[in-house]
Amino acid sequence: MLHCESLTKTYGSGGRELTVVKNISFSLEAGGFLAIVGPSGSGKTTLLGLLAGLDRPTSGSVTLDGAVLERLSEDARARLRGEKVGFVFQSFQLIPTLTALENVQVPLELRGIAARERATELLARVGLAGREHHYPAQLSGGEQQRVALARAFSNRPRVLFADEPTGNLDARTGATVVDLMGELNRDLGTTLVLVTHDPDLAGRARRTIRLADGEIVADSAA
Amino acid sequence: MNPAFVARMAWREGRASARRLLLLTASITAGVAALVAINSFTDNLRRSVQEQARSLLGADLSISSQKEFTPAVTALLDTLGQTGLARVTTFSAMAYTAAGSGARLVQVSGVTGPWPFYGDIVTDPAGAWGELSRGPHAVVDPSLLGALGAAIGDTLAIGAARFAITGTIARMPGDVGVRSALGPRVFIPGRYIAATRLLGFGARVEREAFIRLPVGEAAQPIADRYRARLRAENARIRTVAESQQNLDNALGRLGHYLGLVALIALLLGGLGVASATHVFVRQKADTIAVLRCLGATAGGVFAIYVAQAAVMGLIGSVLGAAIGIAVQHVLPSAIASALPLDVSTAPSWPAIGVGVATGVWVAVVFALLPLLSARRIPPLAALRQAYDPGGRPREPLRIPVLFLLAASVVALAAMQAGNPRTGLAFAAGIGASVGVLAITAWLLIRSVERWFPHTWPYVWRQGLANLRRPGNQTTAVVLSLGFGAFLLATLFLAQYNLLEELRITGGPSRPNLVFFDIQPEQVAPVSRAIAGAGYPVGSPVPIVPMRIRSIRGRPVAAIAADTLARARQRGRSAGGGWALRREYRSTYRDTMVASEKLVAGRWWGSGRTRGSPVPLSLEADVAADLGVRVGDAMVWDVQGVPVATRVVNLRDVDWARFEPNFFAVFATGALETAPQSFVVLTRAPDAARRGQLQREIAQRWANVTSFDIAVVQEAVERLVSRVVLAIRFMALFSLATGAVVLAGAVSTSRFQRLRESALLKTLGASRRQVLQVVLAEYLAIGLLASVAAFILAALAGWALAHFLFEIPFRLPLRQAATLIGGTAVLAVLIGTWGSVEVVRRTPLEVLRET
Ligand SMILES: Nc1ncnc2c1ncn2[C@@H]1O[C@H](COP(=O)(O)OP(=O)(O)OP(=O)(O)O)[C@@H](O)[C@H]1O
Ligand SMILES: [Mg+2]
Repeated sequence: MLHCESLTKTYGSGGRELTVVKNISFSLEAGGFLAIVGPSGSGKTTLLGLLAGLDRPTSGSVTLDGAVLERLSEDARARLRGEKVGFVFQSFQLIPTLTALENVQVPLELRGIAARERATELLARVGLAGREHHYPAQLSGGEQQRVALARAFSNRPRVLFADEPTGNLDARTGATVVDLMGELNRDLGTTLVLVTHDPDLAGRARRTIRLADGEIVADSAA
Repeated sequence: MNPAFVARMAWREGRASARRLLLLTASITAGVAALVAINSFTDNLRRSVQEQARSLLGADLSISSQKEFTPAVTALLDTLGQTGLARVTTFSAMAYTAAGSGARLVQVSGVTGPWPFYGDIVTDPAGAWGELSRGPHAVVDPSLLGALGAAIGDTLAIGAARFAITGTIARMPGDVGVRSALGPRVFIPGRYIAATRLLGFGARVEREAFIRLPVGEAAQPIADRYRARLRAENARIRTVAESQQNLDNALGRLGHYLGLVALIALLLGGLGVASATHVFVRQKADTIAVLRCLGATAGGVFAIYVAQAAVMGLIGSVLGAAIGIAVQHVLPSAIASALPLDVSTAPSWPAIGVGVATGVWVAVVFALLPLLSARRIPPLAALRQAYDPGGRPREPLRIPVLFLLAASVVALAAMQAGNPRTGLAFAAGIGASVGVLAITAWLLIRSVERWFPHTWPYVWRQGLANLRRPGNQTTAVVLSLGFGAFLLATLFLAQYNLLEELRITGGPSRPNLVFFDIQPEQVAPVSRAIAGAGYPVGSPVPIVPMRIRSIRGRPVAAIAADTLARARQRGRSAGGGWALRREYRSTYRDTMVASEKLVAGRWWGSGRTRGSPVPLSLEADVAADLGVRVGDAMVWDVQGVPVATRVVNLRDVDWARFEPNFFAVFATGALETAPQSFVVLTRAPDAARRGQLQREIAQRWANVTSFDIAVVQEAVERLVSRVVLAIRFMALFSLATGAVVLAGAVSTSRFQRLRESALLKTLGASRRQVLQVVLAEYLAIGLLASVAAFILAALAGWALAHFLFEIPFRLPLRQAATLIGGTAVLAVLIGTWGSVEVVRRTPLEVLRET
């Protein structure tokens, strides 16, 4: 499902080169649940961005559901994301000008699919029935993140990427969000890639990769 | 990406920021309003001209001459005028009433026959025109009654005849109001002209015959058939179509120029759109990145915001068109007195269509460049705020979009100007002005930075520092507000300097009363009479009417035919023809006067007796028109007698000085015996005494006419102000646009300022202090814009005065301060109005929201 080979990302800032992801290779089977952990600045977000095709690696390659990302154009990768990938962000990143319902509809509407019913259903699923027409500013942090989850699942993604989805939430709310993700992973068979600091959350994943200084220092599957 | 989604996203996004977006679109509203108003007005004007064409001339054909109609012309009139013939004979004379005071130079028109055949002359009281020929009646311009302190029913003296004033003219078809500005008109029955005994030798008389053709007979073929023959008889033939064409061209030109001023407002609005969009995209960066993560392509995101810009442009334009139509109802009454006919105020659909389309296009094309950066926001930005922008290639579409923008401006200007060259020049002019304004503003900002007032109280420093807030729109606001102020200031300076020049030439100790048409034998008694009344008498200036017979041996007619042919070849209308054929009123003397400056050749000495050819001095511009240089031979026709001359020098003449100035000055010794009249200048301290003197002279020597220079000055001032009023009216739209752009900028930065002020309040600032910071910021912006504008306007005003009007430039400091202060106050008002919320809201409210 997700495979990366000798993935390296180097930033050159002010003449000095900084390699933040160093020669990383691993594979994740369909329906897998991977947690990437590591100290701050170890390259977790960078790696996630590369895996999701949001950025181009300096060298190495990523294969997502059979598609080699490096070979795809910017627009082709956008389409791939629209069809097969979901995202959850630390800062929720709901579109402030859209209601909860509309936020959930966006990924499907992008592909020209009327999505009202499915969006309503998904919102109910994350426990937000009745809040469809509220704007993000009218929702609490935990509620916003649940809307983001509903949005992430609305296009039935093959892979869901989440960067510290609980980072801005208290422990209990964070746990509900991750539980929800686990449920969806089980029910829909969605592959999950989760970046987190939190060892508790990481414990719920079936596999854990630990990064330090851009390198894999431990992999529970190895 | 599918269009339905683009449309839906554009709508949802727009819905949430409606208030801000509306202000953004309002930037172009004023411009579209101006454009629709002026274009609709011009359309209506032209339509009215077409509808009322026949009444403009009052007849189908007119034949006119400065001389007595020759027998050949009279014979032609008898044949053509069988269905309807009327004559109007016009000459200048002094008029006064027995009861009133003073005397006034008027244009007397003796009317014989049922003129006008088409259209009505409206009088007050009604019907006076119809009664005119019943007896010794006079219908006069209302201004004459005021000038003479007369009333309807009074007896008006013109030469040896007396007339009863039976009415004033309220409205006259085809009357542009310019002619009557210099001399009020007096209409009398034609059969009483002789009774005035004024049409003696030397009087300038224009004779015009009006012809009504049988129904169904076309005027143009007749005019074409007889034109050449009539020219040989010194007569000119005109048709309705020709006078309509002339008026149409003149109105078209007026419309074009005013339209260009309107276009400035629209382009400034475009600038506002560009700047606001720039900020808008920055604020939307998160949304765009998320959309990209969710699978939207760069092009799709771009399309969403272009669609939004187009819809907003449409709303703004439709609003503008509505305002424009409303304004268009006001416009005619603002300049009605200058219009030769009634103008309908029906909305013109073509003008509305063009206005709205132009507005939408400007909104989109100006939004494109900043929107391009929306394409460059990577999905990665959703994951982390600071992405690495350095490694990305530059937007390849930048150049084509910039080109599209420039091409659009030129195309719009060319369309509005009616020809590509003016359009290009205009676009370049705007570009240069905006550039200079931007540089001036930048220099001002830099100098504030350089000499930052570190010792000023905190609120002032904070206000100044806010100009440099990231995502600020200082430049756009300064440009749009400044350009409006610049236009108004330049207009004001041009008007001020023109009128000031007139005022100064009329200064103390200069002559202010002119007597002319004095016959040679009257010079001594008239001078004595003036001196006897206690006023100084200048030396009499002789005036000899003449025409050009030949230049360098070639007869004028041959030269005129040549130039006409050459002009036709180049597809242009012939200039110069008038200079060849007109009547010149020349003088002779051996010295130069104060208003003259030698530019080529040398002045002749005095006292020597000279043979033929006579030394001649020509005015430089007319020499250029005639294609004459120093050393050329010219033969003049002085009342039938040929006088050979050689051009020995060329002069510049300052026409703005009210003195007898001449195109051609002869050396003494050749014209003394020619038929001539004299001009005598004097000075009397006040209007009443000038009127008294004018009246005394007119009563004793009826053929001697005179005018009071102050009266002429007033007329010129009225004329200039009327033209300036129309332009200023259009320029106001630019200032309005500047205000809206400022309001838009205030609204766009609302969140940022809310957060800043919440922070300030949290840190212990009082509401008063927060308000002061806002005040300081907008005062600084207003001053920045108006000072930059005024510097530019002073440059432009100087250039206009120096190169176009050729007068010295004066900078009125008090008015300048008023303008600068006014613009600053406007900026402060808008800024604080938009910032009430900033001051009012509590920090907690704000911090929760953002
Ligand atoms: N555009 C960039 N240019 C230079 N260095 C960068 C850039 N983006 C990230 N980095 C650096 O790469 C390293 C890894 O960053 P990354 O965000 O992947 O860490 P992280 O593991 O997600 O940390 P955290 O847990 O704090 O989110 C950091 O040292 C960061 O400073
Ligand atoms: Mg991170």
